[in-house]
Amino acid sequence: MMAAVAGGPEAGASPDAHLHILTVLVENRFGVLARVAGLFARRGFNIYSLAVAPTEDERFSRLTIVVDVESTPLEQIRKQLDKLINVVRIDELSPTDAIQRELLLCTVRADAEVGDGVWAVVKDAGAWVLDTSAEAITVSLDAEPEVLDALEEALRPYGIVQLQRTGRIALPTL
Amino acid sequence: MQLTGAQALIKSLEMEGVEVMFGLPGGAILPVYDPIIDSPIRHILVRHEQGAGHMAEGYAHATGRPGVAMVTSGPAATNIVTPLADAYMDSIPMVVVTGQVALPSIGTDAFQEVDTTGITMAVTKHNWLVTSAGDIPRVVKEAFHVATTGRPGPVLIDLPKDVANQTMEWHWPDAVDLPGYHPLTDGDPELIKAAARLIMDARQPVIYAGGGLLKARAAEALRELVELTGIHVVTTLMARGVFPDDHELALGMPGMHGNYTAVTALQRADLLITLGARFDDRVTGKVSAFAPDAKIIHVDIDPAELGKVRRPDVGIAGDCRLVVEEMVRAVRHLIDSGVTPPDRRAWRSTISGWQENYPLAYEAPVEGDALKPQMVLEHLRDSSPEDTIVVSGVGQHQMWTSQYWRFRHPYTWVNSGGLGTMGFSVPAAMGAKVGRPDRTVWAVDGDGCFQMTAQELVTASAERIPIKVAILNNAYLGMVRQWQEMFYEERYSEVYLSPDLPDYVGWAEAMGCVGMRVESPEEIQPAIDKANEIDDRPVVIDFRTDAREKVYPMVPAGASNSDIVVPPFQAGRHGEGGR
Repeated sequence: MMAAVAGGPEAGASPDAHLHILTVLVENRFGVLARVAGLFARRGFNIYSLAVAPTEDERFSRLTIVVDVESTPLEQIRKQLDKLINVVRIDELSPTDAIQRELLLCTVRADAEVGDGVWAVVKDAGAWVLDTSAEAITVSLDAEPEVLDALEEALRPYGIVQLQRTGRIALPTL
Repeated sequence: MQLTGAQALIKSLEMEGVEVMFGLPGGAILPVYDPIIDSPIRHILVRHEQGAGHMAEGYAHATGRPGVAMVTSGPAATNIVTPLADAYMDSIPMVVVTGQVALPSIGTDAFQEVDTTGITMAVTKHNWLVTSAGDIPRVVKEAFHVATTGRPGPVLIDLPKDVANQTMEWHWPDAVDLPGYHPLTDGDPELIKAAARLIMDARQPVIYAGGGLLKARAAEALRELVELTGIHVVTTLMARGVFPDDHELALGMPGMHGNYTAVTALQRADLLITLGARFDDRVTGKVSAFAPDAKIIHVDIDPAELGKVRRPDVGIAGDCRLVVEEMVRAVRHLIDSGVTPPDRRAWRSTISGWQENYPLAYEAPVEGDALKPQMVLEHLRDSSPEDTIVVSGVGQHQMWTSQYWRFRHPYTWVNSGGLGTMGFSVPAAMGAKVGRPDRTVWAVDGDGCFQMTAQELVTASAERIPIKVAILNNAYLGMVRQWQEMFYEERYSEVYLSPDLPDYVGWAEAMGCVGMRVESPEEIQPAIDKANEIDDRPVVIDFRTDAREKVYPMVPAGASNSDIVVPPFQAGRHGEGGR
C-alpha cells in the first residue's frame, strides 16, 4: 500500500478504466454550471466527479467531468453537451493519456495512542501537515486520484474525522 | 439615440423583421407594452398565455418564420412552459419574452416571481436573463439566431422590469458572437458518397422522411431523390405534406397508427434512408425489433440524433436540404457511370400487395349510427381547397386526420407530435391563419382537446382570425377510451365527457363564432360548405361521432411493428407478403 502512495508508474492502473474524463470549456456566464448539471440529470447521465474553475482566459471556465462510461454511452453525453450554447469545446481524455491531479484534505485522529503510526503514514505519503491538536492532525496531498485513494485507506484504520476531496482535474499528456 | 430597455426590445424585434406577436400583459412586462402602441408590430391579445405560445408555434409551422410571444412573469411564464416544451420537442422556432421582477427583487420570492430561466432551461434551446438594458439588442439578435438556425427550437428572454425601465444608447450588433454555437450545414461528401452506394445496392429500400425535411425546406430536394431512385417514401406525423400523398411512391404515415404498408415496408426494408427523422418510439415500436434487416442511412442536422436510438451505418450530420441535394448528385453520378440497382420488382409488387390487402378503411355506418369520424374527414378533405392548412389537437382525431387527409403541399399540416399537447389545435390554427391569411385553415379537434383552449376563439373573433373548427365530438377522451377498451378489459375510467355538456354550438356563438351541429350523414356536406363560405368570423361545427370507433391499424405500446393490429374486418387476409 505504501508503494502505491509513493506514486510509481503503476499507480494509474485499472480501477478507473471505466471512468472517462471530459474537459469542457464553457463561457464564463451566469448559470452555465446549472445548464451542464441539469443536462446530466435530465438525460440520466451520472457524474462521478466534477471540478470547475476559471481558465487562463477570463471569458471561459473549464469543467472537468468524470463520467462512468459503463453506465452511459459517452458519445451521447458528448453530443448532448455540445448542444449547450455556452459549451465551447469538449475534449475527452482517457485516464491513460491524461495527467490527473486531485487534492485531498483529511483530519485524522492522532492522539498519543495512534499518533506515531499516523505520522509515519503521512511522512511516507509525502503529505503536508496543515494543522495539529492534541487529538488530531489535518493533512493535505495533491496527487493522482489513485494515490489519494491509497492514502485514504492507509489513514482509515487510525480514525478519519473529516475528509474532503476536490474531484479530479486533468490535462492531456504531452 | 437614448432608448429605454422596453423601447430597445421592441425596436430589436422590429429589426428582426417581426410582424406579429401574441401576448398578454401584466405587472412585470408593463413597460414593454407601452412602446407596442407606437410599433408597426401587430400584437394579438390572447385570453391565456398557453394560447399565445401555441399561436406562435402555429405561425412558425405555417410560415417557417419564428413565432413570437410575450407574457409577464410568474404564472404567465409558467403558463407558457407547455408551448415551449411542445416547440422544443417538435423543433419549432419560437422566441418568447417574459417579464421578470426587478433585479433587486430576484430571489426574494417577490410577487409573481418564478425562476423562469431555471424552469425553462430543460424545454428551450437556450434562454437568457437580461441584466442590463445595453445587452438587449445583442440578446434579441442571439435569440433569433439560435431559434432559427441549426435544429430550430424555442428560446426565451427573461426581462426584469427595472432593466426594461433603464435607458441605454441604441445600437444594433452587426453579427452574433457565440463561441460555442456553430450549427452544421454541409454534410461530409465522403459519407454522402457512401450513402449513395448503399442506395444503389439496396433491394428493398424505403425513404423514412421526417419533419427535419420541412424545417430544412427540402421538399423539392426530396422529390428529386425519390424520382431519381424510384424509392418509396413514408412520411412521419411531423413530415406529412413534405411529399404528396397522391404520388405513386408515397406510402403515407408509419408508426403506432400508421397504415399497414408504411409500417410493414419499414419493417421489411433492407435499407432505411432516414432524412430528418429521429426514430421516435411512436414510429419504431419496440426498438430492438424495428426494421431488423435494414441498414441505416441517417441524415440529421443535430449530431446527437445520430446513434441516439439506432446506430446508423452511414450517419450524416448536416442540413437535410443540402445533404439530399448532394445525395441526388452522388446517386446520379453512380447511375451515369453505369451502376445499376438490384432488381426491385419483387419489392414493388410486395408493397402493392400490402396496399391492396390492407388499405386504410373503416366500416360503413349502419342506419342510426352516429357519424363515422373518418367519413367526416373525407368530406372535409374533399370539399376544402387543396392548399388548406389542417391543424389538429392530440388523440384519435389527430391520427384520423393524418391518415385520411391527402396532403399535397408542404406546410399544410400543423400538429403537436412529440409532446402530444391536448388543446394545441385551436390556438395553433389561429397562429397559422395569422401567418397565412390567404389560406383556409381548418382545426380538426376532439371534444376533450377543444375544452382545454377553446377560450381563444374569443381572441379569434375579436382579432378577426376566421379559422374553422371541426370538433369530432364522441363525448369521450377517445384515445384513452380506446386503450381502456383494448388493454384494460373495457374498464372505462374517467373518460366520459358528455356530448352536449357543454353545448358546443351555444358556446361557439357566445364567443362570437358561427356554431353548427351535425348529427346525420346527410348534414355533413352542407355544414362544411357553409363553413367554407364564411370568411369574416370563426366557425365551429360540432360533429357528433361514434364513440366506439377506434383508430386502426395499431401497434400496441411496446410491441414490435411486426405485430401490427389491423381492423377486425381486415384480419385474416393474407396477401402477398402480408401476415
